Amino acid sequence: MRVALFLTCVNDTLYPDTGRAVVKLLTRLGVEVDFPLAQTCCGQAHYNTGYRHGAEPLARHFSDVFRDYEAIVTPSGSCGAMVRELYPRMGERARAEGRGDTLAAALAPVVPKTYELTEFLVDVLGVTDVGASYPHTVTYHPTCHGLRALGLGDRPLRLLRAVEGLELVELPGAEECCGFGGTFALKNADVSAAMGADKVRNAESTGAEVLCAADNSCLMHIGGTMTRLRTGMRPVHIAEILASTEEEPAR
Amino acid sequence: MSGTFVGMPGFHPHGLPAFPEAAREAVRDTTLRGNLRHATHTIRAKRARAVAEVADWAELREAGKRIKDHTLRHLDHYLVRLEESVTAAGGTVHWAADAEEANRIVTRLVKETGESEVVKVKSMATQETGLNEALEAEGIRAYETDLAELIVQLGKDRPSHILVPAIHRNRGEIRDVFRTEMGAWGRPAPEGLTDTPAELAEAARLHLREKFLRAKVGVSGANFMIAETGTLVVVESEGNGRMCLTLPETLISVVGIEKTVPTWRDLEVFLQTLPRSSTAERMNPYTSTWTGTTDGDGPRVFHLVLLDNGRTDTLADEVGRQALRCIRCSACLNVCPVYERAGGHAYGSVYPGPIGAILSPQLRGTGSEIDASLPYASSLCGACYEVCPVAIDIPEVLVHLRERVVQGGPAVRGGNKVVLKPAKGHAAERAAMRAARWAFGRPGALRTGQRLASRTRRLHPRTLPGPGRAWTGSRDLPPVPAEPFRDWWQRTQGGDGGIGGIGGKGAVK
Amino acid sequence: MSSRERILGRVRRALADVPKDDTPYERAVRRDYAREHGRRTAEQTVDLLAENLADYRAIVHRTGTDGLAGVVAGLLRERGASSVLVPPGLDEGWLAATGVTRVADRAESTPHELDRVSSVVTACAVAIAETGTLVLDGSPDQGRRRITLVPDHHICVVRVPDQVVSSVPQALERLDPARPLTWISGPSATSDIELDRVEGVHGPRTLEVVLVG
Repeated sequence: MRVALFLTCVNDTLYPDTGRAVVKLLTRLGVEVDFPLAQTCCGQAHYNTGYRHGAEPLARHFSDVFRDYEAIVTPSGSCGAMVRELYPRMGERARAEGRGDTLAAALAPVVPKTYELTEFLVDVLGVTDVGASYPHTVTYHPTCHGLRALGLGDRPLRLLRAVEGLELVELPGAEECCGFGGTFALKNADVSAAMGADKVRNAESTGAEVLCAADNSCLMHIGGTMTRLRTGMRPVHIAEILASTEEEPAR
Repeated sequence: MSGTFVGMPGFHPHGLPAFPEAAREAVRDTTLRGNLRHATHTIRAKRARAVAEVADWAELREAGKRIKDHTLRHLDHYLVRLEESVTAAGGTVHWAADAEEANRIVTRLVKETGESEVVKVKSMATQETGLNEALEAEGIRAYETDLAELIVQLGKDRPSHILVPAIHRNRGEIRDVFRTEMGAWGRPAPEGLTDTPAELAEAARLHLREKFLRAKVGVSGANFMIAETGTLVVVESEGNGRMCLTLPETLISVVGIEKTVPTWRDLEVFLQTLPRSSTAERMNPYTSTWTGTTDGDGPRVFHLVLLDNGRTDTLADEVGRQALRCIRCSACLNVCPVYERAGGHAYGSVYPGPIGAILSPQLRGTGSEIDASLPYASSLCGACYEVCPVAIDIPEVLVHLRERVVQGGPAVRGGNKVVLKPAKGHAAERAAMRAARWAFGRPGALRTGQRLASRTRRLHPRTLPGPGRAWTGSRDLPPVPAEPFRDWWQRTQGGDGGIGGIGGKGAVK
Repeated sequence: MSSRERILGRVRRALADVPKDDTPYERAVRRDYAREHGRRTAEQTVDLLAENLADYRAIVHRTGTDGLAGVVAGLLRERGASSVLVPPGLDEGWLAATGVTRVADRAESTPHELDRVSSVVTACAVAIAETGTLVLDGSPDQGRRRITLVPDHHICVVRVPDQVVSSVPQALERLDPARPLTWISGPSATSDIELDRVEGVHGPRTLEVVLVG
């Protein structure tokens, strides 16, 4: 099976380790991974900040880049939700604005075959034990778009429970937003920071070494809050845990 | 004719600070944070239990949504039907295009009774119109009888929650308000009043009883109006609603036009979903239904004032109109992480929280600083949509209203089609978004930027000046890696991926 | 132009984008939710009613037809009631064993007069097991709405199992919307202090329910 890695612009620029982990993990599971270099950004930040029309060319570009792959895999719940949930809505809105079906038709091919990483592993590959080893105490934060827009449910937890040596501890208030919210983190910095601090305090209370999530945007906010508050914890993307093996442990 | 009068002295949108500024104060108020955290977390867990008790919650939610959507789609028909039914049952129907007209009608009706005081059941519609202040200006005193409304009225405070307007006050603060203020409004608080909720409730009972027993005019809202029968429904807990609805000789109900439902049978959905969503009960202690007037039982005169005040403008927006499905349960407030930290006052409206963030900018327009900032008062986490018993996709409407703020465009205000200009204060952001779109349209440009960031990474400061402070005020920046992923990929996996589609040099057309 | 015409005109213009849809209302809303939750015998339904009434702090008593007058008399005695409001159509037998002063439910009584009465005894129109709710519809054995509001002690007699339904949908089928209805689920309560429920505000602070049958 040959899939396209839609890494997302944030991961490409700031979190290449996550990208390398996805490649390593999928390759280990017998999947041929391609990274189309023409990929840039799905348009989520534009769309969610109120620049829907500005997001349209990015969405069309996304579809041009990825439409011919069997499956598109992304290690980001929110970018996955952008494609799956909001691309169809963009098409509908364009239609309502009297611009016909061309946008909807252009975006339609990528919508059903875009998968968030843990969805792809559990639903498409049908695996929960990916042969990983990660001898650390981990608590898992379900990010909002993964949880509520994509409905990832317990897929990430099932994957983590199967990791050798990993001790999973429950995060109090897990389903509460961490306060990132894209441009919300800047536009409403005080509320965002208060939410982040509460999330970090809850994470700290578990005694875990690692806070794991399936979205680096949220982890950037939580991690930045952790170092500012001088907690001993570190944020790690789930892909890096699942890619980790005894022979080649993650950092 | 003007739809701009809002009437609430504390909530006139012009002159109120934008949400982020108002929220900044609230976030630092540790007592307020504690009060809100305690109250919202208590109710969240209870609501989840109450909803889990009914296996068909999803079906009830869907039916509630459809009933409301159908009614809104045929609202002209159902309003006329409602008017006929209420009139046939002995009531008188009045129509108010805006807040000012509603207040004028109620003031005239009260004056016609010759009375100079009214007792009120908690009503969002009359808070929205600022009725109490309008009556006061005409020498008529309005007594709020809902416990939380009483706390707000006595404390000269502002409501901060739809269901529990005094949610920002803890028991100790409530006791202090009762001790110092009750005497000026009637029967003072009992000697030695403590802060136990039972004693505070008892103090309210004693204080209000004399007002109920002598009241000649009651003012209410309604949770539902049934077009087919002309029946109005008030859902409450304390019995103050029953007092106001049955003891006075004259009853005046001010109700938003979107509270209409077609048939009696429709209550079988909402009387299951509303109590569980709002107070997390299987059923609230008291629900009153009345159809016009009944000989020898309850008020002899009944007036219904149907209120528009921006609702038809909201109805004209095909994405935003779903906000009119709202049954004011407040589940979205209780579950909202932003509301929990910012408190209700920061929303600058009688409708705070997620529903307020989509309702206020639609009812009042996005012309003021506060209303233009409300669509951004959310991290789009989606918890509000998940709990909404009529499935209002609040994040969808928030994003839609953000678009209206930054792009402007066609809208309806006061019944007239207008073209809104983009809001001020977004110029830098607009430019940044344009630049990002340009770079993201050109993978080559994106790569150049990424490489530049990587090469200069040791020079990056830990804290940023200017607008970047919004990030680094509370969070460290992530370190920039030595090379972006795409460089590693090309170095190690050899070259340009891409099948069928466009190659690395493709640009957005 | 009147405000009525203005508002109706605005509504019609606001809906101009919506395609015409003449689906009759009965078919426009799918009602695939449950008519009742779970299956129970009549006896189990009465037990559930008792359980849910008690859960919201109503005091529940059970008796046969023969014992009813004794139970009512006992409740009034324990309460120390000096007077009791009686709706015009109340079964006289229910009060046969008590000598407490009766006060008739009359249109002329002022709220202040009602406030001086200790207790009230009524029947009900229907009771809902799943929610622990009593519905009064102003029939002659229930009286005017205010008599079950102003006195602080309400004794409500429910004929079981005939008057008990399982669910809210079933209750609505039995009720006449033209009558003024009061749905009662426990004594008056409030959640207005820290969103925590406290019983006892303006309505009767003591609600006693006698399940008879």
